[in-house]
Amino acid sequence: MRVLVVEDDPLLLDGLRVGLGLAGATCDVVSSCGDAEAALATSTFDAVVLDRMLPDGSGLDVLKRLRAGGDLTPILLLTALDETSDRIDGLDAGADDYLGKPFDLEELAARIRAIARRGAGRASATLAWRDVTLDPATMTAARGGAPLPLSRREFAVLSALMERRGAIASRAQIEDRLYGWQEEIESNAVEVHVHHLRAKLGREAIETVRGLGYRMGDGA
Amino acid sequence: MRSLRVRLFATLIAATGALWLIAAAWIYVGARQEVEHVLDTRLQEAARMVASLVASGDMPAKPKAGAPATLPALGGYERQLSCQIWSFDDRLVARSSGAPDQKLTDGGSGFSERVVNGEPWRVFAVEDEAKGIRVLVGDRLGLREQLVADLIKGLLWPAALILPLLGLLIWISVGRGLKPLDRIARELGRRDAEDMRPVDPGTAPSEIRPLTVALNDLFHKVERARRHERDVTAFAAHELRTPLAGLKTQAQIAAAAKEPAIRDRALKQILSAVDRTSRLVSQLLALARLDAEASRAAPETITLRAAIQDALELSRPAGSARVELTADARVATLRAPREPLLLMLRNLLENALEHTPPQGVVTCRIGSGGAALELVDEGPGAPEEELHRLTQRFFRGSAKVATGEGAGLGLAIAAAAAERCGARLVFENRTDRPGLLARIVFDPGQIVMEPAAAA
Repeated sequence: MRVLVVEDDPLLLDGLRVGLGLAGATCDVVSSCGDAEAALATSTFDAVVLDRMLPDGSGLDVLKRLRAGGDLTPILLLTALDETSDRIDGLDAGADDYLGKPFDLEELAARIRAIARRGAGRASATLAWRDVTLDPATMTAARGGAPLPLSRREFAVLSALMERRGAIASRAQIEDRLYGWQEEIESNAVEVHVHHLRAKLGREAIETVRGLGYRMGDGA
Repeated sequence: MRSLRVRLFATLIAATGALWLIAAAWIYVGARQEVEHVLDTRLQEAARMVASLVASGDMPAKPKAGAPATLPALGGYERQLSCQIWSFDDRLVARSSGAPDQKLTDGGSGFSERVVNGEPWRVFAVEDEAKGIRVLVGDRLGLREQLVADLIKGLLWPAALILPLLGLLIWISVGRGLKPLDRIARELGRRDAEDMRPVDPGTAPSEIRPLTVALNDLFHKVERARRHERDVTAFAAHELRTPLAGLKTQAQIAAAAKEPAIRDRALKQILSAVDRTSRLVSQLLALARLDAEASRAAPETITLRAAIQDALELSRPAGSARVELTADARVATLRAPREPLLLMLRNLLENALEHTPPQGVVTCRIGSGGAALELVDEGPGAPEEELHRLTQRFFRGSAKVATGEGAGLGLAIAAAAAERCGARLVFENRTDRPGLLARIVFDPGQIVMEPAAAA
């Protein structure tokens, strides 16, 4: 899950990046309205955490502009203003959720997962393919009810593929899920993770679509 | 007399009453003279007429034997004129009816006054040498007084009737005139503390309008102060909640992280965040104290050198930039309350040192012809459009925003402290090179150049 965090306080920004990372999300962080809009224009995110009071403007305006421009990315407003009227303003401006500071990191992560899966058109909290289930909340996988040990990155690759069952995920898209901007992408990382996953799930579990990417196998 | 109505009423009634009395006194004096003049003239005319009648023989000139002759009534004033004709040998020749038998005067021709039968009389005498008679015509002075008294009574009776009526009218009209005040008072009385709507002057007379204008002015000011306070509180809430959120997040990371490296990093972040937050809290407290201090503290005399030194000791440890005083600054003495002065200098110096590159110099000098203290740094300065906003609470310059450092309170504190020192804080960009110039303009006499202090 790739999340854009827009927050001007460096300490909180760092906390969100590390904390959401521990919760299984890949975070990109910016600290102004301008950077946030630039990031959203160039990359796709599963969810955005948006601070309301930003040095170069109001997060609410960014939100309104995004929605006016047809951007459907799930957005969670994070703000110190948490009067009821502020919440109503935020939600009516197009936010999917609203959380007042200070907040609980686990609650924030859960809310981000919730708006992200709604944004992807799913209601169930877990992902399923045949007898394999993934629980993004606990970052655990199971096969036929038995725990399936996966590394953090393997889990990320598998959930990226299972989220769009049947659709092809390009190598770049998977890399986006694995790495934030700050991280250096290892050249054949995706291939390595897919190889490991095939070893654990069986060769036919992940199909390679030559020149396009990967998808979950649909053969019987 | 607290009541405006009673006071107005009493003043108007007293003034009107006094006016009537003065008028009555005036008329009394005037009328008395006039009456005297008119009656004297009548006495003269009557005496001359009797004398001419005697001369023409229509009247007896010689006393008859026995009772004196009775003269026909004289004058119109109800026989109040008395006439006597006396021969030179002091025999009463004739008298008008009602005239006393006693001689009215012993004097020669002309006016005289005399008490006859216990009553004062005014008499005019005419002598006729040829006939050997003296004609005396007189009237009682009491009669004259009564005439004047009648006149005054005629004047005072209506006054006595009109005055209460006038009082009633004044009472009612003053009451009506004050009605708008009552209405405004009732309207204000019904309000709760939050209601700062302007008072409707309505049909208030122009005398009451200044009151409503002043009231509305006050409401406006109070409302603005409140809004400012609300803004500051909202900002403070934001500025405090954000680091708290950061602290909580980092603490949760430290608690949840399995890798020691992540946990240690989070703990370090927490430590630095606690420092930052406690600095923010002490800044907010400093501001609140400055806001709460209603009056200026007593000024003390402090040498600028000592003040700068003390302020630097209180400051956060700075980099390798240093503060230098020019020759005139070294001998300057300030007259200002100590606490706010140090608070102001400390915040200005912290800001200047922070923006000055390593090995740079912050210069402290006396400017504006000895009326201002100037702190000049070698930092990048500030965009012109931001200069006047530097002292706004929670305003962070565009350079600060990028780093996310500071809460935007330091210069706001400096400005508030300057005000407590009786000074004004202005920011300019240096013209000779990049850098910010903080000018603290004092009142005349607050900066004293004292060569002795340099020793």
